[in-house]
Amino acid sequence: MTAAIEVRAVEKRFGNVGIIRDLNLSVAQGERHAIIGPNGAGKSTTFNLISGHIKPTSGEVRLNGDVISGLQPFEINRRGLSRSFQVTNVFARMSVWENVRCAVLWATGHRYAFWKNVDSLPEVRERTAQILDDIHLTHRRDVPAGLLTYAEQRELEIGITIASGATVVMLDEPTAGMSNAETERAVALIRRLTEGKTLVIVEHDMSVVFGLADRISVLVYGHIIASGTPEEIRGDPKVKEAYLGEEAH
Amino acid sequence: MLELIVISTLNGVLFGMLLFLLSSGLTVIFSMMGVLNFAHASFYMLGAFFGFQLTKWIGFWPALVLAPLLVGAIGMAVERYGLRNTHKHGHVAELLLTFGLAFAIEEIVSMIWGKSPLDYRVPALLDFPAFTIFSTNYPAYKLFMLAVSVVIFVALLIVLKRTRVGLIVQAALTHPHMVGHLGHNVGRVFMAVFGVGSALAGLAGVIAGPALVTQSDMAASLGPILFVVIVFGGLGSLPGAFIASLVIGLVQTFAVALDGSLASAFGPLDPSAGPSVLTDVWNVTIAQVAPIIPYMLLVLILIVRPLGLMGTRES
Amino acid sequence: MNTATTSTSKAPAKPGGDGLRFYGVWLIGIAALIVLPMIFSSGGSLTSFSLIGIAIVFALSYNILLGQTGLLSFGHAVHYGLGGFAACHMMNAVVSHGWPIPLPFIPLFGGLGGLVFAMIIGWVMTKRAGTVFAMISLGIGELVASSSLILRSVFGGEAGITTDRTALPKMLGWSFGPQLQVYYLIAFWLVLSAIAMYALTRTPLGRISNAVRDNPERVQFIGYDPHVVRYLAFCFAGFFAGVAGGLTAINFEIANSALLGAIQSGLVLFSTFIGGTAFFFGPILGAILVTYLQLGLTNLTTAWQLYFGIIFIGIVMYAPGGIAGLLMMHRPLIRAGTLWTVIPSYLVAIVPTVALACGVILTIETVARYSGGEAINLFGIGFKPQSPVTWVVAAVLVVGGAFVARLTWLRIADAWDRASTVARDRGYLA
Repeated sequence: MTAAIEVRAVEKRFGNVGIIRDLNLSVAQGERHAIIGPNGAGKSTTFNLISGHIKPTSGEVRLNGDVISGLQPFEINRRGLSRSFQVTNVFARMSVWENVRCAVLWATGHRYAFWKNVDSLPEVRERTAQILDDIHLTHRRDVPAGLLTYAEQRELEIGITIASGATVVMLDEPTAGMSNAETERAVALIRRLTEGKTLVIVEHDMSVVFGLADRISVLVYGHIIASGTPEEIRGDPKVKEAYLGEEAH
Repeated sequence: MLELIVISTLNGVLFGMLLFLLSSGLTVIFSMMGVLNFAHASFYMLGAFFGFQLTKWIGFWPALVLAPLLVGAIGMAVERYGLRNTHKHGHVAELLLTFGLAFAIEEIVSMIWGKSPLDYRVPALLDFPAFTIFSTNYPAYKLFMLAVSVVIFVALLIVLKRTRVGLIVQAALTHPHMVGHLGHNVGRVFMAVFGVGSALAGLAGVIAGPALVTQSDMAASLGPILFVVIVFGGLGSLPGAFIASLVIGLVQTFAVALDGSLASAFGPLDPSAGPSVLTDVWNVTIAQVAPIIPYMLLVLILIVRPLGLMGTRES
Repeated sequence: MNTATTSTSKAPAKPGGDGLRFYGVWLIGIAALIVLPMIFSSGGSLTSFSLIGIAIVFALSYNILLGQTGLLSFGHAVHYGLGGFAACHMMNAVVSHGWPIPLPFIPLFGGLGGLVFAMIIGWVMTKRAGTVFAMISLGIGELVASSSLILRSVFGGEAGITTDRTALPKMLGWSFGPQLQVYYLIAFWLVLSAIAMYALTRTPLGRISNAVRDNPERVQFIGYDPHVVRYLAFCFAGFFAGVAGGLTAINFEIANSALLGAIQSGLVLFSTFIGGTAFFFGPILGAILVTYLQLGLTNLTTAWQLYFGIIFIGIVMYAPGGIAGLLMMHRPLIRAGTLWTVIPSYLVAIVPTVALACGVILTIETVARYSGGEAINLFGIGFKPQSPVTWVVAAVLVVGGAFVARLTWLRIADAWDRASTVARDRGYLA
């Protein structure tokens, strides 16, 4: 079966500096795959390379078998890949309801329509309400997104990411800055919302990683040094060395 | 013909250097602070008017020093009391502030000095022909302007490449956010940069005033061309601004000097055909088109290379 | 574009009481437009109303760009002017060819004029956003304004193109000679355009435009190409600006290159921004205010553009949400019932603020009239610009007024703090 995401020999240089070197990654359909690594290893850059935010200097990225490296982010998104951001990236001046609704509009086929009243589209309304319910933000639906608490914004971020119905979901440090309780809630949310989808997640919190992931890849200095099941990674000497004993539980 | 080429080249380079003097300040301010200073051309105008007034009171040479300092002080005040307060509302608000400022400055200037061109004379010391090419006398004052521009250019280059301040500015050109993270007193750096940029614009005004027209609409006519230079050369690129300034300076100067039109080259159109867009285009001289050539270059670069000649930054 | 304003531009048609209120506001507006010339029937009033009506359409079209999509344009008058020229040429063609097109249809052709140019130039222009787009719009504006003087056959050179609106086929027996009939034509198109532009904000395109304004990067990751969104918004804005231009051509029976110029672009920017970009009715307020100011101030002083500039700077620095923003800020307080606690501090602040304003006006007028010597008439007192008494009074008013005004404004801020806290406790503020 074709891999959901396949990264082959991707390199990214900024000027003379090589940030990503010979990156190879394969994520199977329906797999929950975590990418971990020390700070500055290039995890966000890897995300940006896959989601089309930046273009690889060389190598290729495939989504469900089709080459997507070099395409614009919106083109990649329309093929079924969606991502969240490390720094909360919502539509600050619009309400929570509006934020989710915008994310739903393309997927429900309304595109750039300027002849329909968006309030009278039942499937848009229903889907938006459903997602708001899933992320437990229905009670905050009219609040401008910029005024939400940090944890609420992160949840909204996740909601926007899955709203389009993408089959491959990429989450960039979704629980960053959350308390333990908030993290537990977020993880339960992620697990529920990505049921049946392919999930790629960057995380620093090891409990989240080992609790959620089917497979883990370790990124160090722009290169994947190990890739396997949580047990394999836990026991891998190269990984221990790279983290200099930073392994948490 | 050769005479035309030589004189036009000299004038073109001169105009280009003037444009660069202005656009370099604008580029550095924009790159460091993200503010597009709409009032930059207004500071140029203030330099010319202050230069004129101070020349009347204390002579040209003291004015040459004092006027840019005055303009620089005004620039610093604008940053400290205006931009700093508007910064929290975003870049568009800052741009609109400088836009309102440009508007207000033009009105104040025309209120105080009137709307007609001023009799800003070349100082007696420099009022002689430097050399004679073929049959035209090339004024020494223009060479003086060229010399001042080159000196400033070289000084800028040295400051940028060889001093610590220059290093910070260079870094800010491509990575403005980092400058704050590196622990520099951002407020003071911004105020200084804005002040120096404005003073440079003022200096350009002081020396350009006698040669070009000193009039209250100077800023409005030069302002848009400055922006074309920035976009054409590429945001955040000083070499790009330099090339763009020279290109636009030379192209416009040559265009004004040339009196040709399609009609003069290919003969008049059939006179029985009534007035139409075709006859207008056929009969217009290059000199008449000269003012819009920069804008045509703007459209061209947007189509061919939207980031500008040497730009690497999106915004 | 990251401002601190958090309101969204909508008055949603929720079923029930809210919906009634929403439609009620529109009906009242329409009724007011119909009734207005019956109350103020002088020629001067009719002219003012006509000008204001045109200005409102123009400002609303500009807000499609600025407030809705986050595009700051310094060259919007291009579509306005081209609409005016298109309308003039169409009117002249109707008369010379004898086509059965009565005058009320002409603004549509104005709109087409603005639209066509927007479609041609828009794709390239909207490739970049933000400050770069602003610079490009300035350049394009200058390009078109200068070209209009060269292409005399289309633009009529310095004199422009004239037309006769009464020569078109009559409709309902109206020849549109009298200003009253022109006013109703303008009012008709104003209502039509306002409804259309409001409806646009409720479409998928309208909502996504807001998203592009707030976060163009994120919009890509929900499947939209920001470039396409901006382009479409640009085209709509160009169309309605063209409609306004057509109305102006009908009103003055002339179109010349001043319509496309930088001053016209600056004025619509002023109107929209001063009115407030975050609310649909903001540009309406701004257009009314700026047009009245323009009509009134030009007679009173030569420095009226300076006053505009100062007001604009004041709004940018202290009230970037515009008048609409300031008004809407009070809504949570009204709902929570705490507005009355703030009013006293407003009243106290009025005196020093007015004093400061007078001082500034005195200063400006002194400089403006210095050489002419004409007296400045403030509250019935005549001040001579060359007399030192005037200068002293001005200085005292400015310095003293500023000092005291600052203190009273701080008190307002305090009162607001208290009132907002109460409102928040009662749940009316997020």
